Amino acid sequence: MNSLETNNIGKAFGKLVVSDNVSLALPKGARHALIGPNGAGKTTLINLITGTLAPDTGTVLLNGEDVTRLEPNARVKRGLSRTFQINTLFPQLTPLESAVMAICERNGTSGHWLSGLSKHAEGIDEAHDLLSKVGLGDDAVKPTRDLAYGQQRLLEIALALASRPKVLLLDEPAAGVPKSESAALFEVIAALPEDISILFIEHDMNLVFSFASRITVLVQGAILTEGTPDEIAHDPRVREVYLGGAHHG
Amino acid sequence: MEPKSWIRARARISPYEIVFWIAAAVIPFVFFEHYLSLAASVAVAALFCISLDLILGYAGIISLGHAAFFGIGAYTAGILSARGWGEPISGLALAAAVSALAGYIVSFMIVRVQHLALLMITLGLSFLMTELAITFDQFTGGSDGLQGIDTWKLLGIWKFSLWGHTAYAYAISVLFILFLLARRIVHSPFGLTLEAIRENPVRTTALGAPNRGHLQKIFVISAAFAGVAGALLAQVSETVSPEALGFQRSAEIAVMLILGGTGRLYGAILGAIIFMVARDQISGFYLQYWYFWIGLILIFVVLFMPRGILGGLERLARIGRRS
Repeated sequence: MNSLETNNIGKAFGKLVVSDNVSLALPKGARHALIGPNGAGKTTLINLITGTLAPDTGTVLLNGEDVTRLEPNARVKRGLSRTFQINTLFPQLTPLESAVMAICERNGTSGHWLSGLSKHAEGIDEAHDLLSKVGLGDDAVKPTRDLAYGQQRLLEIALALASRPKVLLLDEPAAGVPKSESAALFEVIAALPEDISILFIEHDMNLVFSFASRITVLVQGAILTEGTPDEIAHDPRVREVYLGGAHHG
Repeated sequence: MEPKSWIRARARISPYEIVFWIAAAVIPFVFFEHYLSLAASVAVAALFCISLDLILGYAGIISLGHAAFFGIGAYTAGILSARGWGEPISGLALAAAVSALAGYIVSFMIVRVQHLALLMITLGLSFLMTELAITFDQFTGGSDGLQGIDTWKLLGIWKFSLWGHTAYAYAISVLFILFLLARRIVHSPFGLTLEAIRENPVRTTALGAPNRGHLQKIFVISAAFAGVAGALLAQVSETVSPEALGFQRSAEIAVMLILGGTGRLYGAILGAIIFMVARDQISGFYLQYWYFWIGLILIFVVLFMPRGILGGLERLARIGRRS
């Protein structure tokens, strides 16, 4: 059984087709990259999978269960988690508070309104471990807004991991990260638990080719081709898309 | 710092707090005996302000009609008493329950809208309740206000007199107990979740949080707090009029909270003290200029102390400590 499947997902805004019969399958532990020029519908596909957008046609299966009609937060509870291309964090909260909040939501204690936060010692330890693993252990109690941009990208990943996903969607994890901070980020991504299935969008081809075992190329909402990194690197149609006129960011 | 002790420190009771509450309990009795009625209404306003802080400061729900729940509580306790049951504490409990129920019904609408629509719905609610109170005059006494409220002795011992000793002791006790409850709530996992929703609802959804459910819950809690505040006012003043539900009261409570500073509970209390005492003092000299001064102060605070007077004081203290 695949961890994540989309079957002929389609979505159009009026006459603009943003997702055109996209079918993907991620087996357990997959490292699957989604590439394509700007406007190819990559983030739209992520939004369709997470449920922030409803597809016109097709289904989304999570560990064999049809989740197409489920609310986004219900999908998270079933093991689907994501990061955002643009930092989507809690500026005034510290990374520790953010991670504790995420963990409380996962373990069902987020509605507890009469118990002190410090009573949830296991959650606090887990949050700190998680932050230490991505290298934020020393900055865990600084307000998020004061963190360096690269650190905020790492917090994006840490929060997504806090919900203990089986499937993780990374939307351009390296976007905007300066060269000096990208090594730390690559290390964290390479060290992600092997049993999590990962679908990631990325423009940094170093990251794509060193990390992905399968690559899907999306153009104008439709799948152009899918294959191993080697196959994709030598596919003339992909070269056409990337080198012949169509530009990417 | 070790993470668990950092989290514990967030909720630690500071010596300032203990000093504040002792002062609040003692000073009015010792130094301002002639102002005990004013002190009681300050305590009522502070409780109402805390109820608004729970939704506005912590959960980011703006309301211009929160007096609807204050008024529902006031009328519940008032009508109960006017119809023959004047026992104060059970009156508070019933007022809390009725306001919470009203809050629950309204909450389904509240959590579906934001920004301008939220302001308009809460404002509309306040207008609606005012008109209902005027229309159903056989229960409410209409625009003349509810007559015949008789609050029984507190715990069967202390009579509510004209001097306000019992009234203030009662009001400050209720404020203190509900303040402790509010403090507990904001330092709970639920309180943290609310802050996260306020900061970024898109992310909390992506972390699996049912935002609407969490927001509805705090709205109901806040409505109950407002209802208790309203009931307190009805019991100690032995009168309720439709203005208890009205726009002016909703607006004033928002002004108090913004003045004091949102999202810190003590801001609500400080704002209520400053606003109520200043109004009492200034309107003694020139009633018609009262809103001139409050307008001026409000503009000054919002421009120069965006986190309220308490937020401004905290910043000064931090700068002072650094230099």
